[in-house]
Amino acid sequence: MSNTKYILGHFEDPDDLMHGIDSLQKNNVSIYDVYTPMPIHGIEDKLGIKRSRLPIVAFCCGLLGTLTAFSLIYYTLVHDWPMIIGGKPAFAFPDFIPVCFELTVLFCSYGMGIAFFYSNHLFPGRAPRVMDLRATDDRFVLAIDAQANPYPDKIEDLLKNAGAVEIKHNERKYVSYE
Amino acid sequence: MGNHNHNTTHNFTKQFEFSGKPKTWSLIAIVIGIASIAFGFLTNDGERTFANLLLMSYYFTCVCAAGLFFVALQYVAQAGWSTGLLRIPQAFSRVLPYAAAILVIVCACGLLTSHTIVEEGKEVVAPYLYKHWATHGLAEEGSEHYDALIAGKSGFLNVPFFLTRLVLFLGAYIFFAFLFNKFTKREDAEAGLVNYDKGIKWSAVFLIVFGFTTPIWAFDVIMSLEAHWFSTMFGWYNFAAMWVSGLCTITLTIILLKKSGYLTWINENHLHDLGKFIFAFSIFWTYVWFAQFLLIWYANIPEETVYFYKRFEPQYLPWFWLNIVVNFLAPILILMTRDAKRQTNTLMFVCIMLLCGHWLDYYMMIMPGTVNEHRTFGIIEVGIAVGYAGLFTFLMLTQLSKRSLVPANHPFLDESLHHQI
Repeated sequence: MSNTKYILGHFEDPDDLMHGIDSLQKNNVSIYDVYTPMPIHGIEDKLGIKRSRLPIVAFCCGLLGTLTAFSLIYYTLVHDWPMIIGGKPAFAFPDFIPVCFELTVLFCSYGMGIAFFYSNHLFPGRAPRVMDLRATDDRFVLAIDAQANPYPDKIEDLLKNAGAVEIKHNERKYVSYE
Repeated sequence: MGNHNHNTTHNFTKQFEFSGKPKTWSLIAIVIGIASIAFGFLTNDGERTFANLLLMSYYFTCVCAAGLFFVALQYVAQAGWSTGLLRIPQAFSRVLPYAAAILVIVCACGLLTSHTIVEEGKEVVAPYLYKHWATHGLAEEGSEHYDALIAGKSGFLNVPFFLTRLVLFLGAYIFFAFLFNKFTKREDAEAGLVNYDKGIKWSAVFLIVFGFTTPIWAFDVIMSLEAHWFSTMFGWYNFAAMWVSGLCTITLTIILLKKSGYLTWINENHLHDLGKFIFAFSIFWTYVWFAQFLLIWYANIPEETVYFYKRFEPQYLPWFWLNIVVNFLAPILILMTRDAKRQTNTLMFVCIMLLCGHWLDYYMMIMPGTVNEHRTFGIIEVGIAVGYAGLFTFLMLTQLSKRSLVPANHPFLDESLHHQI
């Protein structure tokens, strides 16, 4: 068994890449992932990628923000030290709404940002995980797990026929660690 | 990048045919409306009938104006996604002359005809609409009805200037609607980008005119029903209501057309975008509604709180809360997920609910200033609403059937066909 961990097919044209995906899928070669320098509509459906769970994170963070704001105001202004402001009762609910709204937005946006960084391993000081640097520039890169699909020659043929301009056999998953 | 579904073909030349059930039912609805108006006047409920006529005329005009605003907005933003559905709001904009004429007639009749009412134990001859400022003698010093506040506003709130403003604003909108239709007609005939570029330029001018005049339009037609009270948020509050109800009508029309086999090129991606619009602007409506409420509640000045005082009376209070539930809580909870916006029937339900909700919203704005605490809900309310819905459907579908359903020479048509989100 070879030491190749991932086979990367480089394409110069997104349409060729789409054909490459088609022909690999037709031959039951599982695709690990695809890296492109720009978004390609419809590629998620083609690869069968599940929808992002970011909206759920956003909802939970938003809810947390609302509860934080409400409990803070309630504790300080109603429970711990009730004050009469503008002749209103201590529990002046309409007053709470703007603050609750703002903290909802704040928690939601920060939560989404942090969740995105977390799931993409993009913290400061941490090497970003990149399988091929040219995928951030001008190449459309298709990655295949060589251990799960142990027939490199067939994969190479399929990629070349689809229009791949370069095929790499990587022994490490991420080049950015080097 | 397209979404790599280039295989589907659409019949762009197929025009909408207005016949059969939609035509019959819209005509029946118009008859119901006319019968309800007659019923209202014959049962001596003139003021209530006029209030309902004003409500539905304003609603009707607002929806048509929102169609025009939608078209202009898409042009200025140079949006591609909406090109395939642009003919529907455009049909709305071609109904605007009829809607505007009806609104002006209702306002003029309401102002110029009068009846005797009992106000604080005294018999007063007051017009059917806008009695708070248009009653004879309110602005005349020495008159027994003299009202210093109204007299101070009479330079702006007097019958000739009121009607002039109304005609001027609506006339301006009709002029722009005419212009955009001329451009698209030429675009259909001669192709090229010239007419599209003109559309962008005039849309920008229209948006400025519309942005400055709609608040004044709302101040005049709705806010002046309670002329002692004022709110600078009111214009935007009305604009939000207009925009949400316009978007709902556009979406509902598209869904119903799709269900009868037209508009094959509109898919769940376009509906998703419209759903996002409805979702976002329902929140925007709540935002301005609440901004108005919070400031008045917090400042607690009697001349401002009178508006909400009336709406907190037991006749109105349940409807006041229902307004918030229907127009804010329900759409935000139902339309929050992506799937809900992409499911035709869910979206259709929300559209119908919001159209009813904004009827209630206008009802809450208009009724306390016209029929006061004698608020009722019966044949007149339902009948007139049905009548106007029928009239709108009839006129809009007639206009829609006159042109092809897609702007075939629009530069962004291909982008719209491949729209994917």
